Amino acid sequence: MDLSSINPVLLVASIMVSATPILLAAIGEMVVERAGVLNLGVEGMMITGAVVGFAVAVNTGNPALGFAVAALASAVLSLSFGVLTQLLLSNQVATGLGLTLVGLGLSSLIGKPYEGMKSPTLPKLDMGFLSDMPVVGRMLFSHDLMVYLSLALVIVVWAVLKYTRIGLILRAVGENHDAAHALGYKVVRIRMMAIFFGGACAGLGGAYLSLVRVPQWTEGMTAGAGWIALAIVVFASWRAGRVAIGAYLFGGVTVLQLNLQAAGAAVPVALLSASPYLMTILVLVFISARGAHGAPASLGRPFHASA
Amino acid sequence: MIHLEKRPQPSQVWTVITPVLAVILTMIVGGMMFAALGKPPLEAIRTIFWDPLFHPQFAGYSRPQLLVKAGPLILIAIGLSVGFRAGIWNIGAEGQYIMGAICGAGAGLALYPSESVLLFPMMVIAGALGGWAWSMIPAILKTKFGTNEILVSLMLVYVAESILASVSSGLLRNPDGMGFPGSRNFQQWDAAANRELIANTGMHWGVVFALIAVIAAYVLFARHIRGFQIRLSGEAPRAARFAGVNPNRIVIFCLGTAGALAGLAGLFEVTGPAGQISIDFNSGYGFTAIIVAFLGRLHPVGILLAGLLMALTYIGGELAQLMLGVPGASIQLFQGMLLFFLLATDVFTNYRIRFGQGAA
Amino acid sequence: MKRRTLLASAAALSLAAGSAFAQDKVKAGFIYVGPVGDGGWTYEHDQGRKAVEAELGDAVETVYQESVPEGADAERAITQMALSGADIIFTTSFGYMDPTMNVAAKFPDVKFEHATGFKRADNVSVYSARFYEGRAIQGHIAGKMTKTNKIGYIASFPIPEVIRGINSAYLHAKKVNPDVEFSIVWAYTWFDPAKEADAARALIDNGADVILQHTDSTAPQAAAQEAGNVITFGQASDMAEFGPVPRVSSIIDNWAPYYIDRVKAVMDGTWESTDTWDGISTGMVGIGEISSAVPADVKAEALALKDAIAAGDYHPFTGPINKQDGTPWLAEGETASDGDLLGMNFYIEGLTGDVPN
Repeated sequence: MDLSSINPVLLVASIMVSATPILLAAIGEMVVERAGVLNLGVEGMMITGAVVGFAVAVNTGNPALGFAVAALASAVLSLSFGVLTQLLLSNQVATGLGLTLVGLGLSSLIGKPYEGMKSPTLPKLDMGFLSDMPVVGRMLFSHDLMVYLSLALVIVVWAVLKYTRIGLILRAVGENHDAAHALGYKVVRIRMMAIFFGGACAGLGGAYLSLVRVPQWTEGMTAGAGWIALAIVVFASWRAGRVAIGAYLFGGVTVLQLNLQAAGAAVPVALLSASPYLMTILVLVFISARGAHGAPASLGRPFHASA
Repeated sequence: MIHLEKRPQPSQVWTVITPVLAVILTMIVGGMMFAALGKPPLEAIRTIFWDPLFHPQFAGYSRPQLLVKAGPLILIAIGLSVGFRAGIWNIGAEGQYIMGAICGAGAGLALYPSESVLLFPMMVIAGALGGWAWSMIPAILKTKFGTNEILVSLMLVYVAESILASVSSGLLRNPDGMGFPGSRNFQQWDAAANRELIANTGMHWGVVFALIAVIAAYVLFARHIRGFQIRLSGEAPRAARFAGVNPNRIVIFCLGTAGALAGLAGLFEVTGPAGQISIDFNSGYGFTAIIVAFLGRLHPVGILLAGLLMALTYIGGELAQLMLGVPGASIQLFQGMLLFFLLATDVFTNYRIRFGQGAA
Repeated sequence: MKRRTLLASAAALSLAAGSAFAQDKVKAGFIYVGPVGDGGWTYEHDQGRKAVEAELGDAVETVYQESVPEGADAERAITQMALSGADIIFTTSFGYMDPTMNVAAKFPDVKFEHATGFKRADNVSVYSARFYEGRAIQGHIAGKMTKTNKIGYIASFPIPEVIRGINSAYLHAKKVNPDVEFSIVWAYTWFDPAKEADAARALIDNGADVILQHTDSTAPQAAAQEAGNVITFGQASDMAEFGPVPRVSSIIDNWAPYYIDRVKAVMDGTWESTDTWDGISTGMVGIGEISSAVPADVKAEALALKDAIAAGDYHPFTGPINKQDGTPWLAEGETASDGDLLGMNFYIEGLTGDVPN
C-alpha cells in the first residue's frame, strides 16, 4: 500500500465536485424543513432537474440555460407536492414518496431520446491569479461556476434565515404554525414558497449531475443522491453552515474511499459507506440529548387554519 | 373564496367514494399518458386493472400472485399503521424488513443442512426478532433522548442496506455458488422453505400472517384498551398523559410491533418468493408499505384493500409492459399518479368544501 | 355474471384472433435487468433482440420486459412471459438463474436461455461470452500505451467473471511492459454513473493514465476525457462517441448472432439444450475499432493477438502462470481449463491487494 500516491490537492478538488449536487439539494430541503415541511421527494425532483437540464442544454447548446430551466421544472414539480400537502392537507410522508415515484417515472420518459448523447458542459472558471496559485489554485479556484454558486447559496440562506424578517417569519412558521398564523402570517403561502425554493435547488443539483459531474443522461442516474441530501439536512441539524460541512463530508467519504482503494489500501467498503448515516444518528442523539430542539417543532405536521 | 371546513367526523360516504374517484381520475389521466406514448389507452388501462383478475390466459396465475405481492405490503403496513395512529413516524420499515430477512436467514443457514421441523419456526422467530431489534434503536433513542424517530429510522435503512451488501458477498454467501454474491436458495431446502400452503393459491405463511395481522389490528383498535391508548396518544397526546398513558411504553410498543412485522415480512420473502439473500434483495416493500398504510387510511381493512390494489397495479403494469410494450417508467408514473389522486381526493373525507367568505 | 362472461369471451376472442394470426410466428421473449437505455449491458441485449426482428422479419415476434429485479419479481415476469405464448425466453442476468430453472420446470415446451449461469435442464440452455479474450487485447494496448505505468481498473463485484477480466488484462499488460502496476477499485455497483465517475477520477488522481472499466455507464469515459491524457476502453457497448480519445477501443457484447441462431433453431425444431461459451471467434465478443490514437505498430500487434485468439492458436491464459501467493497454477504451455476459469476467485502473481469478500 502506498498512500503517498493520493494527492491531497486533487482529492479536495474532487470532493468539491462530488459534493456540489447533494449540497444544492440539501440546502433547498433545509429551507423547506425549516418552514416545517418534510418533503421526502428530493430524489424525484433531482432526477427531473437532471433530465430537463440535460435536454435543454443539448437542444440549445447552452448549459447555463439548462440549469435555469432545470431549476424551474423541478420547482414546478414540487408545487404538486405543495398543493397536495398545503392546500389539500395530505400526509407529507406519503406525498413525498409519491413525488419520488412521479419524478423517476417522468424523467425516464422525457429522457428516452437523450440517452447516449453528449451535452455541452460548464467551463471551468479562470480566476486569474487565484487559479494560478500553487496548491490552492488547483484545489479551490479551478472549478466551474456552480461549485461557487452552491457555496454562495449556503451563505445567502444562512444570512436570510438569521438576519432578515422573511427568515424570521419562515422559522416562526416552522417552529409553531399556529402561533405564526395567529400573528397574521400566511403560513400556507410561506410554505409554498419554501417548497418552490427547495424544488429549484434540487433541480439545480440534479442538473449538476447530468451536466457536469457525470456528464450524460441515463435513467435512474441520481442513484439515491436525493436520499443522501435528506440525511445531510438532519446531520446538519438544520443549520446552513453545517449543511455545507455535511455535504462535503458525505461526498468526501465516497471519494476518499475510492481514492484509498485506488492507492491500494484494503478498505472495508460496507462499513465506510454506512458510516455517514451512523454519524448522522450520533449527531441526532447528541443534539437531542442536550435538550436542544433539533428539528423544527412543526416538522411534518399538517396545518389547517381553522384547526 | 373556497375554503375547507373540518368535519367533526370523517365522512362515511366520502370514505367509500374517494378511492373510486381517484382510480377513475388515474384511469383518465393515465390513459392520456398512454395515448401520448402512442399506446392504446383503453387497452392499457384494461390490461392493468382487469387482466390480472380476469384474463383467461393470465388470471389463473396472476390472481394468486396478487396475494404474493400484497402479502408483505399488508404485513408491513399494518405494523406501520399502529405507530402512525399514535403519531409515531417509523419510515424505516425497509431497514427492519432487511434485518428480519438477514437474521432469519442467518439463523437458518447456521444450521444448514438441518431438516428439523423446528427449523422454520425458529427462523420465523429470529426474523421477527431481527426486525424488532432494528426498530428498537429509534425507539430507545426516542424514549431516552427524545431523538426524532423519522430520521433515525430512515438513516438505519441505509445502514441495513450496507449490511445486506456485506453479508450477501461475505458471511452468508453460498459456498457452492461459484463465488457469486448471494446466499443459498431456501426454495431448495425443504425444512427452511416458505412454500405455497395450498397449490396455486399464492397462499404462503407470509400471507397467512398478513391476514392474522389485519384481524389482530382490527381487534386491537376496536376492542382493546391498548388500541384506545394508541389512538389517544396520536389524537390528543396531552389527554393521553392525563389518562395515565405512559408515552414511552407506547413508543416501544408501536415501533416494536412495526419492526417485528416488517422483520417477519422479510423472513417470509427471503425463504419464499425471493428465495435467497442477495445484494438487491430488498425491492422497496418497506417504502411502498408506507404508501399502502396511508391509502388504507391506517384502517386494517383499508390496508388490506390498498395492499391488493397496489399489487394489482404492479402485476397489471408488468402485463402491460409485456403485452403492449409500454415502458416500465410509465408504470411508475402511473402508480405515482394514483397515489397523488388518492391523497388529493382524501381531503373530501375529512373536510367540507365551502364556497363564499369563510371565517378563515 | 353475464357481463363478466361477455368481457371474458371478448378478450378470449381477441386473443384467439391474435394467436391465429401469430400461428406460424415464433415468439421470443427477453427479460432485462436494467432499462434498455442503460447504454451498456441491457442495451446490448436489446440490440440483439432488434437484430432478431430485423433478420427474421415477420416470422418472429419479440417481447421484452425491462428493469426486472432479481428474485421474486423475476420468477413472475418469466412465468407471465411463458403464459403469453413465448416459445423461447432469454433471461439476461446471472440472478435470474434459479427463477429460470423454476419456471422452466413448469413449462417443458418453452425453451429457456439463461445468460452467464451454470444450471441447465432439457429446456434450459446457458450462454455467456469469453470477455477475458477481449481483456487480453485491452491489456496489451494498455501496457504499451501507459506512460505512468499505472493502469486503473474499475471493478464491479468480486465475482469470477470480473476477476477473470482483471487477471487477463494484467497478464497481457505485464507481458509487454514489466513495470506496469494495476490499481483496482471495487465500486460495488454495475451501474451508478456518479460513483463510476468518482472512481475514474480517483484512479486518475492517483496517477493512472489508462482506465479499464467493468461497470456499464459511460461516466468513466467522460471523466477521462475531462482529465485529458488518459485512455479508456468501451465496455459492453462500443461507446464510440468518446473516440478517438479517450476511448481507443472497446469490448462489445454482440449477442445478435447467437440470438438469431437460437430463435431460428426453435423455428426449425432443432433447438437443443446447450452450453455456449463463445468468444472472439464467433463474434460474440467484438473488439471495437482501434482508434487513430493508438500507434500503428501497437494496433497491428493487437489485431494479430485478436486473430490468434480467434483462430484458436492462442489462449489468453497460457502457462507458466503463478497465483498471487506464488504457488504455480499453470505449467509452461498449459492452458486454463474452463472449470478453472468459471470459478476463478484468485489474483495471479504480480497483482497487489486482495480479492475482497
